[in-house]
Amino acid sequence: MSDSTSSPTSSSGVYGLAADWSGDREAFKVPWGKAMMWVFLLSDTFVFGIFLSGYMAVRMTTAEPWPNPSEVFALQLGATRLPLILIAIMTFVLISSSGTMAMAVNFAGRGDRVRAAALMLATAALGAAFVGMQAFEWTKLIVSEGIRPWGNPLGAAQFGACFFMITGFHGLHVSVGVIYLTTVAVRLLGHRHSDGPSPDNGHLRDADRVEIAGLYWHFVDLVWVFIFAFFYLW
Amino acid sequence: MTHGQQHPVGLYLKIWGLLFVLSACSYLVDYFHVQGALRWTLILTFMFYKAALIASVFMHLAWERLALVCAILIPPLCLLVLVTMMALEADYIHTARGTYFVAPAAAGVTGKDGAPRP
Repeated sequence: MSDSTSSPTSSSGVYGLAADWSGDREAFKVPWGKAMMWVFLLSDTFVFGIFLSGYMAVRMTTAEPWPNPSEVFALQLGATRLPLILIAIMTFVLISSSGTMAMAVNFAGRGDRVRAAALMLATAALGAAFVGMQAFEWTKLIVSEGIRPWGNPLGAAQFGACFFMITGFHGLHVSVGVIYLTTVAVRLLGHRHSDGPSPDNGHLRDADRVEIAGLYWHFVDLVWVFIFAFFYLW
Repeated sequence: MTHGQQHPVGLYLKIWGLLFVLSACSYLVDYFHVQGALRWTLILTFMFYKAALIASVFMHLAWERLALVCAILIPPLCLLVLVTMMALEADYIHTARGTYFVAPAAAGVTGKDGAPRP
């Protein structure tokens, strides 16, 4: 490998490192920002994957009964007590936000910046509504149910730790996503000339920027699918 | 650069509706208190289809080149190894806890083998 056949450009040390990484080779034929977003999402997959498998291990090992999420997250609406209803509404809100985001990406791809920005702002509003409902849910659990990260009156002490860590980290992602989408939408509305369709000079186009933001948002929705199934329904 | 990923808006609306139906189904599993193996099967099936729809259509994975799809989908399979190992270990710990940390009500009455404790 490292014999005399090396080309004159292959220097060693820090310069070699820079030369290798700046070599004109690309494996993924997508805009660089999109590839980087996928790399980030892949790492985030591992973060949530490890949270969920840690939760699985904790739930399998506990000798005390696990609190029934169906009852813990039930809400009294009028005369009926509906199991898990708030979580179901949150799920529908997040899926709707994913739908509006997908259409925003579509319109941005067609060059319809105003519609794309409007749909992104709608997505951000739905995301904010999701975080609001989550804040309500946390308040209810902490204040009226007495659930703490170190224990709770319903059963296994690990329930609180798992719940607050997993949903808290997901909620943080949604909150960051709301800020991110708003930023991209505002920038889309105040379109600068350099943001337009550009040659391969390293700048991302409007459509790419929206698509990359969309990938992040859909990922947040994707994670919720797994949290909904494993934490709330299991 | 050609941007070859333009699909009619109707496609997204259809997937959106499908995701709604799947979510409603998984909620109904809980609402009707389906229990046992059927519950886990239904939950996992709906979860899998929802995740597949979001990743393939909304995140456009269905139209990406194979190099990118492989780079995204294969590494998370490592998590299956982790989950398997954690599950095996958890099973052992649970058994150990059942043996050594008997619940206060049962402790002192009978041991694990049903015989009175000394």
